[in-house]
Amino acid sequence: MTAIDERALKLDPEEARRVRQERLERIGRWVLPLAIMILAIWLWDRICVWNAIPQYILPRPAVVLSTLYNDAGLLFSALLVTLRITFLSLLLAVVGGVGLAVLFAQSKWVEMSFFPFAIVLQVTPIVAIFPLINIYVDNQTTKLLLCAWIVAFFPILSNTTLGLNSVDRNLRDMFKLNGATRWQQLRYLRLPAAMPYFLGGLKIAGGLSLIGAVVAEFVAGATGQSSGLASRIIEAGYRLNAPRLFAALFLISLTGILIFLVLSLISHLILRRWHESALKQER
Amino acid sequence: MIRETVAQAPASDIAPILLALRGVGKVFSNGVTALNDVDLTIREGDFLSLLGPSGCGKSTALRLIAGLSTPTSGVLDWRGGSPDRANIGFVFQEPTLLPWASVFDNVWLPLRLKGISRAKAAPAVKEMLARVHLTGFEEAVPRELSGGMKMRVSIARAMVTKPRVLLMDEPFAALDEITRFKLNNDLLELWQDERFTVIFVTHSVFESVFLSNRIVVMAARPGRVFDELAIGAAYPRDEVFRTSPDYAALCRQASDVLVNAINSTAGSHHDGH
Ligand SMILES: Nc1ncnc2c1ncn2[C@@H]1O[C@H](COP(=O)(O)OP(=O)(O)O)[C@@H](O)[C@H]1O
Ligand SMILES: [Mg+2]
Repeated sequence: MTAIDERALKLDPEEARRVRQERLERIGRWVLPLAIMILAIWLWDRICVWNAIPQYILPRPAVVLSTLYNDAGLLFSALLVTLRITFLSLLLAVVGGVGLAVLFAQSKWVEMSFFPFAIVLQVTPIVAIFPLINIYVDNQTTKLLLCAWIVAFFPILSNTTLGLNSVDRNLRDMFKLNGATRWQQLRYLRLPAAMPYFLGGLKIAGGLSLIGAVVAEFVAGATGQSSGLASRIIEAGYRLNAPRLFAALFLISLTGILIFLVLSLISHLILRRWHESALKQER
Repeated sequence: MIRETVAQAPASDIAPILLALRGVGKVFSNGVTALNDVDLTIREGDFLSLLGPSGCGKSTALRLIAGLSTPTSGVLDWRGGSPDRANIGFVFQEPTLLPWASVFDNVWLPLRLKGISRAKAAPAVKEMLARVHLTGFEEAVPRELSGGMKMRVSIARAMVTKPRVLLMDEPFAALDEITRFKLNNDLLELWQDERFTVIFVTHSVFESVFLSNRIVVMAARPGRVFDELAIGAAYPRDEVFRTSPDYAALCRQASDVLVNAINSTAGSHHDGH
C-alpha cells in the first residue's frame, strides 16, 4: 500500500482520531511491555532490599547482571553446548518432520497406519522415556539429540501433514487435467501450499527443541556428565549459587525469545507476498 | 416463439461433430441422480451454454466431459478418439490460481508440467497474457489483482496450451456486472479469433444469450436436458447487440424456457404449482 501523507490531507475528526489511535497503538506495543518489565525488575530489587533477602535465596538484579559478566566464560561455553543441541535437533526435526509428512502424503493408508505412533511418541512425557534412551544409547550428544528431537518433530510433522492435505480441490483437478505426475503435484502444488503450515509448526518446534535440549540435559545430568546450561543450573542449585542460577535462566529465556523472533522473521519474509497471515491488517 | 428460434439454421449445423453424449447418466454414491439420460451433440467451433438452476447437474456434466469423473451410464463419443488431456482447458468458478506464484508462473504452469522451460514457454505465455489484456502484470501475485484480473489469468492459463475445447464453470458468476460484461466481450473476441469450442456453464439467461450460438437448458431432480435453443444472432456481438431489441427478445425466449424447466421439476415449490 502506498503511504498516505497525513499532513497533506484535511482529516475529519473521526479519521484524525483513528490515525492518532493507530499511532498510539504502534508505540504502545513496544513501550508498554518494556515499561512493565522495568517496573517488575525495580520491584524485584526493592523487595530484596526491603525484606533484606540474602543473596543465596534471591539475588538483586544487579548481582545477576554482574554474575553474567563475571562468569561469562563458564556460562557462554555452556550456552554454546545447549545451542548446538537445540539447533541440531531442530534441524533433525525439520528433516524428520517434513520427510515423514511427505511420506504420509503419498497415501492415506500410510498416514492412517503410522500417524498414531507419532501421537504416542508425542503424548508420552520425554522425562519418562529418557531412562530407556539412557540404557540403549551410549553417546551423550546422541542421547540429548534424540530427546530434543522427539519433543520437537511432532508440530512440524502434524502441521506439514495438514498443509499437504489441505490443497484446494479445484487446484488438484487443474493439475490432474494437465497430466501432472505425483512428483510434480508434490513439488509445484502440495509443498508450496503446505509452507504456511510448516512455518507455523517450525515456530513451535523452535521453542520446543530448546525445551527438549534443556530437559534432556536435566535428566541426563542426574546420571552423567554434561556441560550445557542445564548442568550449570543443577550445579548452581547444589551450591546455593542463586546469582549464577538466575544468570543461566536469563540466558535460556533470551535464547528462546531470539529463536522465536528469528523464526517469525523467516516466516514473514517467505510469506509476506502471498499469505493472509503475513499481511498487515487493512480496513 | 421458441420453435421459431430453433427453426433458424445455426451456423454450427454444418460444422463437424466434436463430441456426442449419448444417454449419459451419473448417480453418486449418496443416491443423488445428478444426470439422467443426457443426449447432447457438440460441434467444432460451438459456443454452447449449459443453462439451468442450481443443482441441475451442470458442473457434473462439465466434469464428465473434462474426464475428471466417469459416467454411470451412457457414452461420451469423442470424434477422433478420446481427447488428449492437453486438448481441454478448464476454467473454474473461482480463479483457482497458485497464490504464491506470479501471474507469469501461473500461466506457465500447464506448459511447465509438460516439461517446457521458462525461456521456451515465455513467448506463448506473453502472447496469452496480451490476449487477455494483462501485459505488464507478469510479476504480480494473485493477491495484488482484482477479481476480474484474476479470472483473466485463469483464462490465459486454460488457453496457453491452445486446447480444442474450453470448459468454463460459471466463471464470471462472482464478478460485478461491469467487469462481467467486459470479460464477456473479451472472451467472445478470443473465441472468434481462435475458433476453439466453448462449453460454458451459467445460470444467467442474459449471459448465455449474449455469448452462445446454442443454449442447452437443463432441469433438476433428476438433472437432465430440458430443451435446446439456437441463438442465431450474428457475431461479432458487442455493446450494440447487448442493448438491442433482438437481444431483449432472445432473452425473453430463453427465460421462458428456463422457467418451464424449473417448473417441470417434480415437487418444486415455484410459482404456478
Ligand atoms: N461428488 C458428489 N457427491 C454427491 N453428490 C454430488 C456430488 N457432486 C454433485 N452432487 C449433487 O449432484 C447434483 C448436481 O450437482 P452439480 O452438478 O454441482 O449442479 P450445478 O452445477 O448445476 O449446480 C446436486 O444435487 C449435488 O448435490
Ligand atoms: Mg455448479
